[in-house]
Amino acid sequence: MNESGVAVRLKELHKAFGSLHALDGLDLAIEPGELVALLGPSGCGKTTALRVLAGLEDADAGQVLVGGRDVTSLPANRRDMGMVFQAYSLFPHLTALDNVEFGLKLRGRRRMPGRAAEMLELVGLGAFADRYPHQLSGGQQQRVALARALAIRPQVLLLDEPLSALDAKVRVQLRDEIKRIQTEVGTTTLFVTHDQEEALAMADRVGVMRAGRLEQLASPADVYQKPATAFVADFVGLSNRLPGRVDGDGVVVLGTRLPLVSPAGRGPDVAALVRPESVEVLPDADGPHRVLTVSFLGPTSRVTVSVADRLVVAQVASGRLAELAAGTPVRIELRPVPVVLDTD
Amino acid sequence: MAGLTARRARRQRAFRWTVLLVLGVFFLLPLVAMLEFTTRDGGGTWRLLVDWPRLSATYPDLSAGIVASLGQAALTALLMLVLLVPTAIWVRLRLPWLRRFVEFICLLPLTIPAIVLVVGLAPVYAWVTYFLGGSSLTLTFAYTILVLPYAYRAIDAGLSAIDVRTLAEAARSLGAGWATVMWRVVLPNIRSAVLSAAFLTVALVLGEFTIASLLNRTNVQVAINFLGKSSATMSVAVSLAALFLAFVLLLLLSLIGGGRRGGSEAAPLSTAKESP
Repeated sequence: MNESGVAVRLKELHKAFGSLHALDGLDLAIEPGELVALLGPSGCGKTTALRVLAGLEDADAGQVLVGGRDVTSLPANRRDMGMVFQAYSLFPHLTALDNVEFGLKLRGRRRMPGRAAEMLELVGLGAFADRYPHQLSGGQQQRVALARALAIRPQVLLLDEPLSALDAKVRVQLRDEIKRIQTEVGTTTLFVTHDQEEALAMADRVGVMRAGRLEQLASPADVYQKPATAFVADFVGLSNRLPGRVDGDGVVVLGTRLPLVSPAGRGPDVAALVRPESVEVLPDADGPHRVLTVSFLGPTSRVTVSVADRLVVAQVASGRLAELAAGTPVRIELRPVPVVLDTD
Repeated sequence: MAGLTARRARRQRAFRWTVLLVLGVFFLLPLVAMLEFTTRDGGGTWRLLVDWPRLSATYPDLSAGIVASLGQAALTALLMLVLLVPTAIWVRLRLPWLRRFVEFICLLPLTIPAIVLVVGLAPVYAWVTYFLGGSSLTLTFAYTILVLPYAYRAIDAGLSAIDVRTLAEAARSLGAGWATVMWRVVLPNIRSAVLSAAFLTVALVLGEFTIASLLNRTNVQVAINFLGKSSATMSVAVSLAALFLAFVLLLLLSLIGGGRRGGSEAAPLSTAKESP
């Protein structure tokens, strides 16, 4: 099944819509068979990047290389890419099987009777081959769309927020399934999403975008634990913005010395971005702070503590909630994990 | 409580039937009168009307008018579809900023009275006659303009009902060229809208009188008008038949329109499962 992928390279891409620069010199290299997720706020250019790679938008400047070949000027229908869209995109007048066969027939692969059925089996919808799109649920439609995109054995698979129209439970199921199928098929994949959990769970590497450029491209763990910039730290996961003082190669926050991800550019007074899970809340009758609110989130909970004139959010095991009711006097300790300084 | 509801329901039913009866009398009475008038001769007029060789021998102008109208209707529907369907699709896909303008242009004939249209068309038709001759079929060009508002609305509504852009992009990414996108992806999904536009066109052309008369062409309505002066019975019978034909066309149209709401036309209906 594994159909080894090709390398993809986006070089210095520029694209403007009127005065808005959707892509501002975007550089991205995807390894063969890799799943890269582009993550960022709305308007950061992630969808534009994917559409330029698909050939559905023309870049103003820059190059698109697929398997070392320059495809910048090739139209979308000759780029050999499979795409799954955010909106339901199955052809309403065709059955699930006919939808999957559509691309195969265009390529004159009529003598591949098993291919479309095989792809429907791969996405777990073999029994639904004769159904029309309006007879399928949203999740099933997106799975057929995935089968249709993969049926043509594309060089690159493009996923444009394919899960965002689905409800939460289906989203998680389908997310795992897409990852399984992508690993099985081995097609180089670019996945665009604004959902950080989705990006971190699925991708081999996550690219965080801001204003048409990549802020960081790294493994999910690195993006979360060693964010390259304050923007990445702020966008991926929750962060407390706490005042600190630079001290050599560390920063002192709330009396604790924390290591820095990258050396401080300025100082000595700075703002450090500290993750809620790095904040320890301990009940203490003489503690200087008070628990303000408690939010139960399942296995873990979020506790907001009033510290001087600001709020600090901490993540605690839900089993400890009994000792941390609102109003409880507490003290705070920070775990010495590397932090990023907010330069904005 | 139950008695009150029953009484209200009864009153509403009575009101509904009254409205239906009044409207029915208003619309149907003239038609019944026409039918009564044309059957006074024991049905001879109707027998003549359905006997084509005898009809064309007895009323050659009428049969020529009928043939001309059918030709005009077919050609107008064809020309309208060839012009409008690709334009509407292309504007949606590639030139969305032109949509308002195209809509405005297409709706314009609705605001211009036919008589004014003829004044403008007369010099144009001098050239049409020069190049193509004086055949009544040349009215096709004027009629294509006349049906634009209705046909455009129908096709545009069909395109609004589907996500043309996403469907086209999906087809493109699967390797389809623009012609394939139009023929195999968009057109099958707006089939009922295209049929609606065609039926509306046919109904409109069959009922057109002003332009044909003023441009000295013939069609069924012009023939009926002439016939009214010599054979009132036959002219009324043909009018009634034309009305009936238009009624059947519109009925077909509403049936097709109703079927579209079920989703894909060919699909048997069943509810979607709410599993992933």
